[in-house]
Amino acid sequence: MQPQRLPAGGRIDRSKPISFRFDGRKLEGYAGDTLASALLANGVSIVGRSFKLRRPRGIVGSGAEEPNAIMQIGKGAHAQPNLRATQVELYNGLVARTTKGWPGARFDIGAINDLFGKVFSAGFYYKTFMRPKSWWRLYERIIRASAGFGRAPTEKDPDRYEHRNAHCDVLVAGGGPAGLAAALVAGQAGARVILADAQNEFGGSLLGTKHSIGDARADEWIARTVEQLAALDNVTLLPRSTVFGYYDHNFLAIAERCTDHLPEEERTGVRQRLWRVRAKQVVLAQGAFERPLAFCNNDRPGVMLASAVSRYIRRYAVRPGKRAVVFTNNDSAYETAIDLAEAGAAVVIVDSRMGGAGSVAERAANAGISMLTGHIVTDVVGRRRVRGVRVAGWSGNPSYLVESSIRIECDLLAMSGGWSPAVHLHSQAGGSNEWDTDRLCFVPGAATQANVSAGACNGMWSLRDCLREGMESGRAAASRCGFDAADVDLPTTRQGHDNPPQPLWRVPADAEPERCPKQFLDFQNDTSVADIRLAVREGYRNVEHVKRYTALGFGTDQGKLGNIIGMAVLAECLGKSIPEVGTTTFRPAFTPVSFGVGAGENVGDLYDPVRKTAIHEWHVAAGAPMENVGQWHRPWYFPRDGEDLHAAVARECLAARQSLGIMDASTLGKIDARGRDVVEFLERVYTHNVGKMKVGRCAYGIMLGEDGMVLDDGVMARLGEEHFYLTTTTGGAANVLAWLESWLQTEWPELEVFLTSLTDHFSTIAVVGPNSRKVLEKVGCSIDLGKDGFPFMTVKEAELGGYPVQLFRVSFSGELAFEINIDSGYALAMWETVMAAGEEYGITPYGTESMHVLRAEKGFVIVGQDTDGSVTPVDLGMNWLLSKDKDYLGKRSLARPDCVRSDRKQLVGLLSSDNSTVLPEGTQLVEVPDAPVPVPMCGHVTSSYMSACLGHPIALALVAGGRVRKGETVYAAMPGREPLPVTIAAPVFYDPKGERQHV
Amino acid sequence: MLLIECPWCGERAETEFSYGGEAGIARPADPDALGDAEWADYLFNRSNPRGAHRELWNHAQGCRRWFGVERDTVTYRISGSFRLSGGVGKRED
Repeated sequence: MQPQRLPAGGRIDRSKPISFRFDGRKLEGYAGDTLASALLANGVSIVGRSFKLRRPRGIVGSGAEEPNAIMQIGKGAHAQPNLRATQVELYNGLVARTTKGWPGARFDIGAINDLFGKVFSAGFYYKTFMRPKSWWRLYERIIRASAGFGRAPTEKDPDRYEHRNAHCDVLVAGGGPAGLAAALVAGQAGARVILADAQNEFGGSLLGTKHSIGDARADEWIARTVEQLAALDNVTLLPRSTVFGYYDHNFLAIAERCTDHLPEEERTGVRQRLWRVRAKQVVLAQGAFERPLAFCNNDRPGVMLASAVSRYIRRYAVRPGKRAVVFTNNDSAYETAIDLAEAGAAVVIVDSRMGGAGSVAERAANAGISMLTGHIVTDVVGRRRVRGVRVAGWSGNPSYLVESSIRIECDLLAMSGGWSPAVHLHSQAGGSNEWDTDRLCFVPGAATQANVSAGACNGMWSLRDCLREGMESGRAAASRCGFDAADVDLPTTRQGHDNPPQPLWRVPADAEPERCPKQFLDFQNDTSVADIRLAVREGYRNVEHVKRYTALGFGTDQGKLGNIIGMAVLAECLGKSIPEVGTTTFRPAFTPVSFGVGAGENVGDLYDPVRKTAIHEWHVAAGAPMENVGQWHRPWYFPRDGEDLHAAVARECLAARQSLGIMDASTLGKIDARGRDVVEFLERVYTHNVGKMKVGRCAYGIMLGEDGMVLDDGVMARLGEEHFYLTTTTGGAANVLAWLESWLQTEWPELEVFLTSLTDHFSTIAVVGPNSRKVLEKVGCSIDLGKDGFPFMTVKEAELGGYPVQLFRVSFSGELAFEINIDSGYALAMWETVMAAGEEYGITPYGTESMHVLRAEKGFVIVGQDTDGSVTPVDLGMNWLLSKDKDYLGKRSLARPDCVRSDRKQLVGLLSSDNSTVLPEGTQLVEVPDAPVPVPMCGHVTSSYMSACLGHPIALALVAGGRVRKGETVYAAMPGREPLPVTIAAPVFYDPKGERQHV
Repeated sequence: MLLIECPWCGERAETEFSYGGEAGIARPADPDALGDAEWADYLFNRSNPRGAHRELWNHAQGCRRWFGVERDTVTYRISGSFRLSGGVGKRED
């Protein structure tokens, strides 16, 4: 029951019937079919609706240029939206859905839009949905719903995708006659070759044709060539693989569809693979695209590209119509007419050229085909299917109106507006294109990378020229890689066509384009000749602007069908030549690629590495939720008995202030710096006087960028005369190391300094609170931990509980505190030891949230939270850290006029007037609460918490000129509520004299 | 994706490197002696040429060495890599 299937021929396997579903209908095709050929065999003529006007649309092409047959393929989580039916291989159980039209493509309610087609002109959305402005959200929802193509599955993608890197001497893109010839010559010369072709079998346009090559038929020649290639170890054959991107330095991307052609239950392994290929030489042989012609109603189902009609007949044994008109401006479509006649169709050729075709006309006449030369098809009759065409005589003058006096009944119109080489990859690589006035197409100009175009891709239409260019380019590419190719005789093939094409883009009609039925250029986006003319009338001149205004070339086919004729129409409107107007930019991807293949293996756990501290599992076992800090997973808080964040944090903070807390600070960046010139080096990168530090002393240090802005901060310690230990923020560790290395290597290579990252090798446990000394003494420490023996801001090597440690008397909480630096292998044991010893003091582990509260109570900033790259140390009130005795990075910038303004935003504390509101971080501060919009802002909140030990909320903020405004009131603007008065205070809320850490 | 030659490791893909801006911008020996305009020139102004550009790259995912590259900013063609030496400046030999 395949009414349009021919009884014999084609490259389909009639012994393997295949059943599939199309919009719920059960249909049958054969192995070797594409979804498109099977639909045509079944007589399906409407496969979708156009984007804006919802006109019924049929299959136009046979490959990547197809604008209408855009389908949702597959079931459930395996489904892929927006595939071109012309490129989908048929398999048993395939489920295809049309993606446009509701309730379906055959009957679509939106088709009413077509009745108002005049309204839906270029720029319709821009012009219509502007007012009232507040309605845009509503408009957007409706437009988005009606604009839908396919639907992405909502389930997690169950399939595997993979990335693979490859290198080769010669990459051949496209496996038609030119590509096969190039790959064979280069491969036999010994070059490492990758041959990639988008289709399931190699051969390209040759497949199923009657050509003879030497003593072989086309299909035999293909089979023999592929066999020869497969026998070569140095050749990789990639069928079902689209070279979709040509990037810098001969880097190309190939999407290989490994299992998409198999029934879903038979698929195993990788579904799609991304090949990332660095090629020494590239041969581009991706062929050419046939162009449509812009006559009235040229989008009706049953209007197809002539080459597609030939391909369906020859390769798939499907005859898309019984009574056909072939409308052409060139010789190639005569072959289609002959194919149709041989398939038993009645055929009339309408050739716009007065002189008609060359030698092929004689063959057409012999096949009993009638020919009308000097005529054009002006209009199509029939709405859901072509029923006939109107034809007029034409002298060749594009501006004349004509009179359509002839009507021909038909159910198929095969059109050919000439051919355009697929210059996409050549252009992506940076190559220019040149307009060829004889062949009427853009051909590749000079290449900017190591690539050459061969065959139809280079504007060569005859099989002989394609084979010749393939062989020559293969040999040249191999030779440039150092391989000598043997001479190969060019096989004999039939002559090419001889009469040149005629310039014909917009086909004259009985009325001006604005007054006749639409002449479509971009079928998917409903861009017509009248739209281009309107855009020009409204002042658009540049092709890129016209593209964006009219949506020409914006569809999933990216203009492969209609762009060139669209540009030709634009040129005509502007009174310019086509090369003067030029093309829009060709960008990757050549055809759409799936998100899956783009992501490859980088999903789930492999998306981004997770860094865990040596004590991580203890935190997990304790039930701590994790906070992501860069790639680190850090415990956020340690809830007990169903506590929420606020309750837990309040308890943790009070424990640290009143008795004993413990925190895993292992994520601190740690850098070991040593060497003859380490003091000189650190003097140049830190703002304080490093040289004055005695061995065993610690200091808080900040680094500035050369622009004077705070880059990072941390405690640094002098471990020896020429040995320092630097800590950085958790997030800044890698950047700071890179920053220091860059200065050592590029600016001060004379300095002998060695930097080593110790971040992962050492773990850091902060023991915090009035009882911290007691607990360490209880654990057993080899040194005197007393106030005088081990004073604040010093470091000592020690043995603690039997473990060698580096002990720091530093504090990020303002309490008496110790930081234990210990080899990460011992970290968990040390943690558990301290936990056990601290039980009698109610030792309380705390996470990042309590750490933040404790430090904010003390006014300690977090670089990256309270600063944002526009904050100087002066803004933070850190003048005391800035040495006047030396130069350091960024120092000069602090004297720039902008850095000494008195109204710069400065760090202050904020107190909520209601004593209860915790201001959201990021809250904007304003001077006058009821000022007219836009309200000038005077600052913003950077840190904000409820302080359990103070009993009220605290906040840090950056406020313009804030340091001298203590006690003044500003207003916190919060969405959905009245601005809240807040009082500016000093940024240190707790123990401002710092007495608690000095005990 | 650029193919960059690290003078120590050989040709590697761009993803292994990080970019360091224009080469040959030496840090002034005595910043305090400079006027605001001169300092701003060092800090902010770059030549941004159309064509040959000498620039710094770091083999961040490899040997971590900084080196120079001459690259055409229009075609992205790289004409060569060079080591930094001499002892002064974010500059070439």
